[in-house]
Amino acid sequence: MTNKTHGYLIVLFDSTSAALLAERLLNRKSIAYKIIPVPRRLSSDCGVCLRILEEDRLAVEEAFKGAVDVQAICCLESKITSDIG
Amino acid sequence: MKKEMPLIYMDNAATSWPKPRVVIDAMMRFSRDIGANPGRSGHRQSIEAGRTIIEAREAVAELFSVSNPLRIIFTKNATEALNIALYGLLKPGDHVITSSIEHNSVMRPLRYLERQGIGLTCVACSTTGLLDPADVIASIRPDTRLITMTHASNVMGTIMPVREVGRIARSHGIPFLLDAAQTAGSIPIDVEDLSVDILACAGHKSLFGPQGTGILYVGKGMESIIAPIMRGGTGSRSESEEQPEGLPDRFEAGTLNTPGIAGLCAGVRFIVEEGIDRIRSHEEKLTEFMIESLASCEGVTVHGCGDAKRQTAVLSISLKGRSLSDAALVLDEEYGILTRPGLQCAPAAHRTMGTFPAGSIRLSPGYFTTEEDVAMTVRSLSAIAGD
Repeated sequence: MTNKTHGYLIVLFDSTSAALLAERLLNRKSIAYKIIPVPRRLSSDCGVCLRILEEDRLAVEEAFKGAVDVQAICCLESKITSDIG
Repeated sequence: MKKEMPLIYMDNAATSWPKPRVVIDAMMRFSRDIGANPGRSGHRQSIEAGRTIIEAREAVAELFSVSNPLRIIFTKNATEALNIALYGLLKPGDHVITSSIEHNSVMRPLRYLERQGIGLTCVACSTTGLLDPADVIASIRPDTRLITMTHASNVMGTIMPVREVGRIARSHGIPFLLDAAQTAGSIPIDVEDLSVDILACAGHKSLFGPQGTGILYVGKGMESIIAPIMRGGTGSRSESEEQPEGLPDRFEAGTLNTPGIAGLCAGVRFIVEEGIDRIRSHEEKLTEFMIESLASCEGVTVHGCGDAKRQTAVLSISLKGRSLSDAALVLDEEYGILTRPGLQCAPAAHRTMGTFPAGSIRLSPGYFTTEEDVAMTVRSLSAIAGD
């Protein structure tokens, strides 16, 4: 079994609308992601965010450039140790 | 009253009808299969509802050549969109320029604001609704904070020189608010090409959405000078008791009309698939046919510029010696023709046209109106006028 949080990054946005716009951009570039509720330990925002693979970070940033503002990209391992599915 | 009479719907300028089948299907699908609150929870149906909204923002953004879909705000109608822009932007001491043929959705907020100490100039149009852009330039003052204008008259259909007015506004550094209630979906609109900073339109007219849908486009930099008039839940930044500043949340407090917006999205996609040029061409042909055939009707006066190329599919007529409301009732009951008599919520336009307070009968065919429908309408009007 691998650690569930290993190799993932969390991308936070200003609003749910921005997160869902970001999803559309990733779909177009065929970049893997998962929409998840914002982990409470990262932010008190009750919206959703995107979980991406660590190795896709540059491609993701490129896909979002000029199209949607990212609030933060967080490393899961450093801040969270469990319960992100 | 005749039974089994086919209806001829000539009131598309108020609300388009019928709607494309895909619009009804999209609303049914959302209500049946999704139904949740967009952006309020992280569960799958809430996310699906959020996707419904973002897809609609994208469809609308594309239609108006807006690069960032988050600049598309959903409102309940064009009036709400206009109110957000006007009340949010204008402060006592500011001056605003508009035209003399505006709808009450603009005039009522502006008259109210005028009493609160805002300077208002209504640039006079000709009796056929034509506006000279030079008169706009002459009205600009150092304190002019906004120029707002309808894209086309809801009474006579006349298309305004909005590209010129937009350029004038931009060259003076004044925001330009376009009321596209009568044109969005029936005339191509490119916000950059028209130098539009803010656009308000209805979703339920030529965009084929249901009632209860409207759109506000907020151009670059405008969000910081428009204060929200409504504040409340957005599903984001819930820890804060202050309204978020980002778009669209700044102007979208409270749950959206998601089933309606699903329908609106389908309507916009329908327009793109059909081709807006094809829609425009059909409506122009009907308008030309209507203008030409009514011109030879005894007792019928056709208002407006008389040139189908310079107007939308909206025609105002008067009938010699007849009460217009009575005539509209006869059209409805005896002929199954549904029109809009009166002032069409635009007393300013009727004053300009010289038809205040009697008003007119407004005929507004749409994309689904046929030439036969128009011919039947003309024959019926001819019979009524000859009575």
